Amino acid sequence: MSAPSVAAIEQFAGKGAARTAARKRNRDYGSGSERRPRWLTYTLLTIALLISFYPLYYAFLLASSTSDDIARHPIPSLIPGSHLFHNIKEVFDADIGFWHSVQNSVIVAVITSLSVVLFSTLAGFAFAKLRFKGRGPLLVFVIATTAVPTQLGVIPLFMVMKELGWVGQLQAVIVPGLVTAFGVFWMTQYLESALPYELIEAARVDGASMFRTFWNIALPAARPAATMLGLFTFVTSWTNFFWPFIILSGDNVTLPVALMRLQATFFKDMSLIMAGVVLSVIPLLVLFIIAGRQLVAGIMQGAVKG
Amino acid sequence: MTSTGTPQLAGPTSDDERVRQQRRVGFSQRLGRWDVKVSPYLYISPFFILFIVVGLFPLLYTGYVSFHKWDLLAGKGDSVGFENFDWVLHSDMFWKSVRNTFSIFLLSSVPQVIIALVLAAILDANLRAKTFWRMGVLVPYVVAPVAVSLIFGQLFADQSGTINAILAKVGMDPILWHSHVLPSHIAIATMVNFRWTGYNTLIFLAAMQAIPRDLYEAALIDGAKRVRQFFSITIPMLRPTMIFIIVTSTIGGLQIFDEPRMFDQNGRGGADQQYLTVTNLIYQLGWTNRNFGRASAVAWILFLMILVISLVNYLLSRRISSDEAAGAKKRKKVRA
Repeated sequence: MSAPSVAAIEQFAGKGAARTAARKRNRDYGSGSERRPRWLTYTLLTIALLISFYPLYYAFLLASSTSDDIARHPIPSLIPGSHLFHNIKEVFDADIGFWHSVQNSVIVAVITSLSVVLFSTLAGFAFAKLRFKGRGPLLVFVIATTAVPTQLGVIPLFMVMKELGWVGQLQAVIVPGLVTAFGVFWMTQYLESALPYELIEAARVDGASMFRTFWNIALPAARPAATMLGLFTFVTSWTNFFWPFIILSGDNVTLPVALMRLQATFFKDMSLIMAGVVLSVIPLLVLFIIAGRQLVAGIMQGAVKG
Repeated sequence: MTSTGTPQLAGPTSDDERVRQQRRVGFSQRLGRWDVKVSPYLYISPFFILFIVVGLFPLLYTGYVSFHKWDLLAGKGDSVGFENFDWVLHSDMFWKSVRNTFSIFLLSSVPQVIIALVLAAILDANLRAKTFWRMGVLVPYVVAPVAVSLIFGQLFADQSGTINAILAKVGMDPILWHSHVLPSHIAIATMVNFRWTGYNTLIFLAAMQAIPRDLYEAALIDGAKRVRQFFSITIPMLRPTMIFIIVTSTIGGLQIFDEPRMFDQNGRGGADQQYLTVTNLIYQLGWTNRNFGRASAVAWILFLMILVISLVNYLLSRRISSDEAAGAKKRKKVRA
């Protein structure tokens, strides 16, 4: 008798047992024709990982020391110093509105992510599942816009914001990012395969309006892809510099712009600048630990389809 | 429903009811048809409206601005024909910025693609703790370019920088990363590579996993070693992915701004414009010199350059794929 399939094990003995069985099977036979790689592979990967992590750890090391230490030991010892909290306090106390910029970054990133997810899913639902005139060409147009270097239109965009009286205001950063071509394309592709027509028809027969069909049927079905899109948008928004740098000023800025002001203020004291860097990185590192798996999956799925 | 549920009410009232009800059904039907017809356009409209207002219009209007005298504060002045373009094309600064942009772009894209390919090939093995390694290479992606620049700015500092200290330890002369042209480009390209190599690695990895495994098995039977397999199977099969990565990194890479802006605290691209990029120049002309006309001319020229390069990319990639198809046909014929 052949061994029970992993799926069968999952059904009878639960997920944990299934995972163990799958792992055992992979160890015994490998997946396909492949053997387990040897130590050389792991050594190379460990080096790659160290290169990924060292600059971040380096920032942390410098942030926990003093400017004198940094001048005396250009190659920092791998053991952190004891000045981290002192330096962090100094960054917050400095006259550059660091805490305010953290709040602004959170506001901008949260609103942008939610809005991109909502409007992209809405458009993706229409492109993937509704029939209307001009659907094909319009979708091609959306894809083509991803290749347009819109950043080069900053000068008129600045004039538009000036007309609106939005220069220096957060909405000037939020509004241009409310929906993206990438998001629309991404959700269209996902919904094409993930949302069966039968479900939509059933909802329509029950008398649901288009929007209700979207809200109750399409949006829940889009959840996995929507989560990934939200994560990517959050990271992009949090790390965005060029446009906020141009349009925001004074104390009302986002984190990357605040980091630039920190550099301009404390250019002689690297430990304080690095304390600011560490503060700006921590929120996204936490997000990465929680949701990094989804980011990896998102990049890899996008690659195969795109 | 009300009319049938109240039979005791006869005469004109019930007729009235019936008419009203019919009208209501008709109205909701019309509403339903309207819903089906208009909803799709309504749902896709946010993207198109936003793109036209903050993307397309500004880009085209940049062309209009570039033919005028235009001050950041005073606004539009006289129409000056090609004067702004003339100034830009005769400006030393502009050509330096073009040189720097392309140099930094090449230094960041070529090594990045090579390292990403190799890393992806390593990650494609049947590893233990796959997700851990994949997440590991992606960590730099969540660090803002500004933060990356500050960290590497210190690593590459001319005096008391970590890399120069290491060079001194192994008996080499320190390199003036900030004041010399090529070293400053290498330093800035390193920042870009640090942030994006892992990301591109995962894209390559996904494409590698989509390659049918029996190709490798056949190669193994033919006696091809792993390195040979990599060059004869993996690389050719990854061509579409490579074109995708090259196209997207061209469009992004030629607009590089953050890293050179943050490489020193003044952000003017160095004393001798060693690392001033085109987008840095647009900012400087527009907001430091308040000359929107000249800044727009530069933006428009960069736009045309990106357009031309994208077109060349597109034609090249089409030629490569049609060559490939022709080659495949020939091979088939030979085999037959």
